[in-house]
Formats: sequence, C-alpha cells, structure tokens
Amino acid sequence: MLRYLYGHDLHLYPTLATGMFTDRADQFAARLGWEVHVDANGEERDQYDALDPLYVIWERPDGRHGGSMRFLPTTGSVMVNEVFGHLTGGAPIQSPLIWECTRFCLARDAGPHVAAALMLGGGEIMRGFGIRHFTGVFDRRMERIYRAIGSWPEILGSEGDGRDRISIGLWDFTAEAQARVAARAGISPDLSRLWFQRAFGTGPAIWHKRSA
Amino acid sequence: MVKRARLENILEDLDSTTKLEGLQSATVALRDLYQIHHIVYHWVDSAGDQYGCGTYSDAWRQRYLEQNYLRIDPVIQGCYQRFHPVDWKRLDWSSKAARAFLSEAIAYGVGNQGYSVPIRGPNGQFALFTSNHDCDDAYWNQFIETHGRDLILIGHYFNRKALEFEPVRQPEPAQSLSPREVDAMTLIALGYNRAQVANSLSISEHTLRVYIESARFKLGALNTTHAVARAMSRGLIVV
Repeated sequence: MLRYLYGHDLHLYPTLATGMFTDRADQFAARLGWEVHVDANGEERDQYDALDPLYVIWERPDGRHGGSMRFLPTTGSVMVNEVFGHLTGGAPIQSPLIWECTRFCLARDAGPHVAAALMLGGGEIMRGFGIRHFTGVFDRRMERIYRAIGSWPEILGSEGDGRDRISIGLWDFTAEAQARVAARAGISPDLSRLWFQRAFGTGPAIWHKRSA
Repeated sequence: MVKRARLENILEDLDSTTKLEGLQSATVALRDLYQIHHIVYHWVDSAGDQYGCGTYSDAWRQRYLEQNYLRIDPVIQGCYQRFHPVDWKRLDWSSKAARAFLSEAIAYGVGNQGYSVPIRGPNGQFALFTSNHDCDDAYWNQFIETHGRDLILIGHYFNRKALEFEPVRQPEPAQSLSPREVDAMTLIALGYNRAQVANSLSISEHTLRVYIESARFKLGALNTTHAVARAMSRGLIVV
C-alpha cells in the first residue's frame, strides 16, 4: 500500500523508515555511485530530510519498504534551486503550487509496478492539494522508468552525457496520465484514493451533526 | 461570482500597506468578496507566541486566548509542521475536547466548514491562512475546487507581508525577477502568446509555464495578466 508520511511521523513506522534510508543508500551510493552521505547504519540522508518533508512510501505486504519519494514545496529550501539552479536558466523555481520531488528510490527487487504506484501517489497529492506541478532531479536510469510507466516529464534542463546525464523534469497532472500509471501499477484508482484519504483523513461523521 | 478585478485590488492594497491594519482590512475585504463567514490569518511561533488578524469576533478571539485553545484546536494540531492545505472535515475531531471546542466555536459564530493553508516561513516561522463558512459539504467542496489555489497563494502573500513587520525576523530573499523571467514577462506584456514567447526564448512551453508560475508568486499576483501589470507598475519590465 501507499503511505504518506511527514518526516516527524517516520518514527511511527521504524521498519519502513529504516528500509527507505538503507534502500536509498543502496540505490544512490552503491548502484549509482552518487556522492551521497551514508551513515554508520548504512542509511543515506541529506539536509532536505531534516526539513520535515512529505514522503510517499510503497509498503510491501510484509511491511518492508518497496520504494519511496520525497516532497517539499519550492517556497522553501529545495535541491532544484540550491544544487541544480544552473540547469533551470538561473530562475529559481518558487511557488506553493510547485513541489519538488526528490530521492525517487526503488528497492533492489521492487518490480516496475512499484514505480508506477509511487507516481500514482504523486497524482493523488496534486489532485488532493491543488498542486499544479512537480519538479525534480533525475538520472538516466529514471528516464527509462518514467517512460515505461507512462509518466514522462518535460525536461527543463540537463547536464552530462550518456549514463551520467542528470536532468530537471517537470510533471503536471492529467487524468489520462493518472489512469495510465494506475493501470501500470495494477491499482484501482478507488483504492489509491482510499489510501490517500486514510493518510489525510476522511472526515468523521461527527462533522455532519451541526452543534446547537 | 468572485470579481477578479476586485480581488486584484485587494491584493494591491495588501501589498502596498505599511501598517498591520492593512492586513486586517484585507481579511474583511476578502471575506466580503468571497461571501463567506470568515478569513483569518494566524501566526504561531515555535515559542508559542501568536499573532493574528481576521474576521472572527473579538469575543471568540478573547476566549481562544484565555482558554489557550492553541493546545487543543484540531486545526492547529492538524496543520502545524505540515505544508499541505487542510479541509477541516479531514481533521480529527473525535476527542471530547475537540468536539467541545468545535461546538463552542460555532456558538461564537465560527462556521462549520474550513480550509486552512499552512505556511512555513523562514527560520521555523509558521502561519495559517483560513477560510471559514457555514454551509453543506457539497457547497464547500465546490468552493475549494474553485478558489483553493488562489487561497493558497493569497495565504502566502499575507505571510510575506506579516514578515515585513517583524524586525527580528530574517527578511525573505528579495522578490526580484531573474533575467529569464523578465524576458518572459516582457514578451507577454508585448502581446506575444505563450507559444511565441517560448519560441523567442528557445524554451519549451512547459519551462515557460514554470517561469510564469514563479514570477507570479514573486510578484504577489494570482494570474499572468495581474503579474504583468505588477511587473510593469514596479518598473521591473519596460515595454
């Protein structure tokens, strides 16, 4: 299932959180060779994890981490402006209606449906919170994955060649794209909506009783 | 029907005010424009300091402070440390204290529906911008669907203004436009359509949309026309 967790709530799901940070170390340090910081426990964290971001996490049936990504609004500190600002033409991206999505991570044995499920969660956030765009940094390998799950971003800027290419992408929300990733993920849109509502509340019955 | 021109006037006044009262009168004007019960801006410090303005009655404000309702208000609890907009229906009102708080709030003239935008400012600053009304769910869902994005932007513009009045706060970085944003806004002001602007700047229309979206936010505007007008009146672009 998809979980939507702010950083300050991660401690409630220790297995999931540990799995996310160790799978990130495995993906970004071990497999991709990025210069990221991995601590003594084998967990990868950066300064943006300290900003209490919103994580979307795929939880496998046995409770383990299957994949995840991280959101922050571009009104505050974000990687696209602070680290990769030169790739967007020198204009900082800044709007409460544009959120940054980073650290898109898949566990080593996660199937392609997990990537699609995560994008499905991204679509729920856009629709649920009125967000117009996501922006994010991604590498060559993710290009293939985004293509495969039918959620291809507009490229705002790139640097490097071949395997080393890093790009900044922009996603917007369309009902068609959402239906496409739902089909790839093998998750019904209703179920996806249910997970989102479970995370952010469905509205208890008490509300409908007007108090005198 | 919310008149865009009136909305832009209200935001102009908010932007140019040099007094705290300007924030207050903007809440009243917005409430009247949207024809809802209340608009409230509420600053909550990590130290527990509060500052607010809005259209709640003085009696309710007094009561809220006296009872230190900050502790149990589900809206504060549900928005603090977060950054997604919150429909009050989705909050947890199940505790006895929360239910008692709600019925008391309603007795003081607070509507049963709310939409609160949490805002994370610099250095741990936090604020809430709330729209409140008394109506059924269908009406409120439609209201948020129609005005939610504007309210998110307006909430941030309130907070930006409120930060100006706090000398101890580190000011937000200057809201100047980048050269690319100036180019984009200038061409739009000259009457180019988006495809032509994108073509002239050798960027995709998507990239252009991001430039416009960011420029709009920096200029405190709600749409592109408004943003262009503001950029011109501030002398940021010349056509």
